[in-house]
Amino acid sequence: MELEEAKEKIVEVLTKKAKTKSKFYFNDLSKILDLKPREAKKLVTKLIETEVLEYWSSGSTTMYGLKGMGKQASAEHED
Amino acid sequence: MAKHETPLLDQLESGPWPSFVSDMKQEAAARAKNEKNVEYQIPQDVVEDLLGVLELSYADGTTHWKHGGIVGVFGYGGGVIGRYCDQPETFPGVAHFHTMRVAQPAGKFYKTDYLKKLCDLWGFRGSGLTNMHGSTGDIILLGTTTPQLEEIFYELTHNFNQDLGGSGSNLRTPADCIGQARCEYACYDTQDLCHTLTEEYQDELHRPAFPYKFKFKFDGCPNCCVASIARSDMSFIGTWKDDIRIDQDAVKGYVNGDFPPNAGAHAGRDWGPFDIQKEVIDLCPTECMRYEDGKLEINNKECTRCMHCINVMPRALRPGKETGCSILVGAKAPILDGAQMGSLLVPFVEVNKEDGYAAIKEVIEAIWDWWMEEGKNRERLGELMKRQGFQRLLEVTGIKPVAQHVQEPRTNPYIFWKEDEVEGGWDRDINEFRKTHLR
Repeated sequence: MELEEAKEKIVEVLTKKAKTKSKFYFNDLSKILDLKPREAKKLVTKLIETEVLEYWSSGSTTMYGLKGMGKQASAEHED
Repeated sequence: MAKHETPLLDQLESGPWPSFVSDMKQEAAARAKNEKNVEYQIPQDVVEDLLGVLELSYADGTTHWKHGGIVGVFGYGGGVIGRYCDQPETFPGVAHFHTMRVAQPAGKFYKTDYLKKLCDLWGFRGSGLTNMHGSTGDIILLGTTTPQLEEIFYELTHNFNQDLGGSGSNLRTPADCIGQARCEYACYDTQDLCHTLTEEYQDELHRPAFPYKFKFKFDGCPNCCVASIARSDMSFIGTWKDDIRIDQDAVKGYVNGDFPPNAGAHAGRDWGPFDIQKEVIDLCPTECMRYEDGKLEINNKECTRCMHCINVMPRALRPGKETGCSILVGAKAPILDGAQMGSLLVPFVEVNKEDGYAAIKEVIEAIWDWWMEEGKNRERLGELMKRQGFQRLLEVTGIKPVAQHVQEPRTNPYIFWKEDEVEGGWDRDINEFRKTHLR
């Protein structure tokens, strides 16, 4: 799968769900891409590098979200 | 005069042990004095506010830290844990108080000038408070603000030759014992294996794509000083294939009282003369030793590598010469299902530096492929093993079942065979069958 296609799929699904959820597990992303985890990881890493996605970490668990989505960035003045 | 009154914290200092509260007050005072004229990059009174918020938490019985954050250094999904205080107006110094995890060197070897430089950096760009070391082994730098993260990361990677450690759904910073550098029991070079795998699996360490955390720990011998068997999803414990080496003269030396048992440890009181029968032979968990007519014998096939006899008489007994490691998997010490010890997966594997530890990497990667595909969110390897069964783990790693995998005789009378395990599969020639089995 090409990066552009992956980006479209992920942005579409994550935007659609944005009202209820802003952070997603890696597994959710690989399901959206319908790829095995290792293949999905390559694309997801690229989407992080190009700042389409961003990490969120509790310290023990990491989740992914569209950059700037959710309350935290503005609440903590990180935007 | 302290910025905040802290009567509850002050009480903690009254006990007989060194108190972290005293350490924090010392750091708060040093920052206030600033004898070195440091241009602090985060609030000078950060530690005072930290004491204040902690006092408040003790007073009202609840935490004032929010959960997690989006901050990090570019491209890394681990190593930084965002922490924000929910009382920023009262305690502005800790409004942002992010944790950084720094990978410790293998075996935790430092030079003092390195530690001094690290403390200077952290005093300048952070709170000055550290946790040496965290449970996973990292150097934990406690408390800084978002703009400092990239600055610190640059310093660490360019001037300290050091990287951030793992956090989140990552491979966590691998940890090892001091190994062959200082310990004669070490059956393999723990530091080299730890360092090599840390470098090999950089992607897994920094870019989280696992269902949850994953820990490697390396112990050079079954004494397990790093407690890898209890604390890591995958533990590498040094062992040997051949026989324990016995120096019969030294055994006699212990019996005659020429050498102190346990290399002189536990010598704080008089335990009476050394009794090899009581202190070694009778304590062997598999009863595979005997001492008769001044000669020690060990039935090595029964030895479970408990290390007790070797620890008691280190001059007389040494691990064998054909050394390698055992790989155990699935240990954890957290919330879901409670703590779990590692299960033996590979009884013995050579730790071969020459081929870049190929045999070990093969097991690791097979396990990761399985866990990444089948693991549920926030499910540790040990939980997946419980859910799908040890047999499934053997299938995915291509390891043949051996006696060492069996904990106890089977209690479930049902066996479900798979078609490929049965000769001829499920298909049969019904006419052939009817020749010997009438309808």
